[in-house]
Amino acid sequence: MTRPRQQLLILYLANSDLGSPVGAWSFYDGAGNKTGKTGDSATPPYPTGLAAMQDGWRVIQLATLRPAQPGHEHETSYLKFEVVLEKLVETAGVP
Amino acid sequence: MTAALTGAAASSSIAARPLLTSAQMAHFVARGFLRFDGIVPHPLCAEALREIESNARPGSYGAKHGDAKSRTAGQPLDSVWNDPGGIAAVIRLPAIRGIVHSLIGPGALYDHHHAHTVEAQHRWSQPWHADAVIDPRVAFDIQLFFFFHDTPREMGGTMILPGSHLRRVHESDIARYQNFLGQLPMVCQAGTLLVCHHGMWHCGQPNLTRARRHMLKLRLNPSASQCLTWDAADRDAPEVRDLLTTPEPWHGNEGRLEIVNRLRLWRRLTGDDNFDADYWLTRLELPRG
Repeated sequence: MTRPRQQLLILYLANSDLGSPVGAWSFYDGAGNKTGKTGDSATPPYPTGLAAMQDGWRVIQLATLRPAQPGHEHETSYLKFEVVLEKLVETAGVP
Repeated sequence: MTAALTGAAASSSIAARPLLTSAQMAHFVARGFLRFDGIVPHPLCAEALREIESNARPGSYGAKHGDAKSRTAGQPLDSVWNDPGGIAAVIRLPAIRGIVHSLIGPGALYDHHHAHTVEAQHRWSQPWHADAVIDPRVAFDIQLFFFFHDTPREMGGTMILPGSHLRRVHESDIARYQNFLGQLPMVCQAGTLLVCHHGMWHCGQPNLTRARRHMLKLRLNPSASQCLTWDAADRDAPEVRDLLTTPEPWHGNEGRLEIVNRLRLWRRLTGDDNFDADYWLTRLELPRG
């Protein structure tokens, strides 16, 4: 009997357009042991968020667009344009 | 494999003049780091490695509160390390004194140091983080990363994210991220120094070799003004503006904001409140109707 397990691909895009280029990425593998590590790849798995969707990844969360706080308009911190995508993978159970 | 840290603007040899140039300072302001290959002579590297292996110069980081070492933070660097050899001698090299003076001015204060040792065949990859806590200062500390032995890519070493240093994040809040376009692993020969702004995002990389890896990190604070503390004869060179306005490949839409923040830091370092590039700040400062 197989059980569905979740894989998450998190892409950080250049802007809020899902078709904009990927600048950073992470992969979390709830179905196996292929979770990514810092520094383990130098090129993104997909050129854009849209390309990942076209390959079967389902968008489950988009970063909310928030207006800048007055007085802090030019500050930067975390990556703004985070897209969380998932795939459900049939597995034999918890790896 | 990700490209290793390289770049003429980022690099200098021991034969370089003691103080940094404006182009080097602009590189530091824009990208958050400078790299100096072969700046520590090999005999001193060997001495430093012996100190690290024998723990002859334990750091204040993590020292018990009753331990004298716990009271060294904030003391003048020259008074904390006033002995003649090893890592103290490395810090007194004229070229390194020139770098420290250029970046944080006279009277550098010792913050802490720590020898980061990664055992052979250590496959764990450290999460991305910025050291200490979220830090809203415009003044900056520097962190000196010393690589006293050859560090090929399969040995790690430290990976940095150029252009991340001006972002306001708290330590490993950024650990969700794994890879960035433009991330740079420190691959170098013995005697190399990497100097980073305190806000630089970085992470230790796995050591897949059969040898133990060491990297010594020393954090220093300024005690005086950081204004024009380098050789600023070239401050009007076009290269300065080119460096300050070149975004990193991972910046995306926020690249312009990074440029604004770099320009503000450059104004502070030069004391020139009218400095601008590509009209970014001047437009914002026009009289409001």
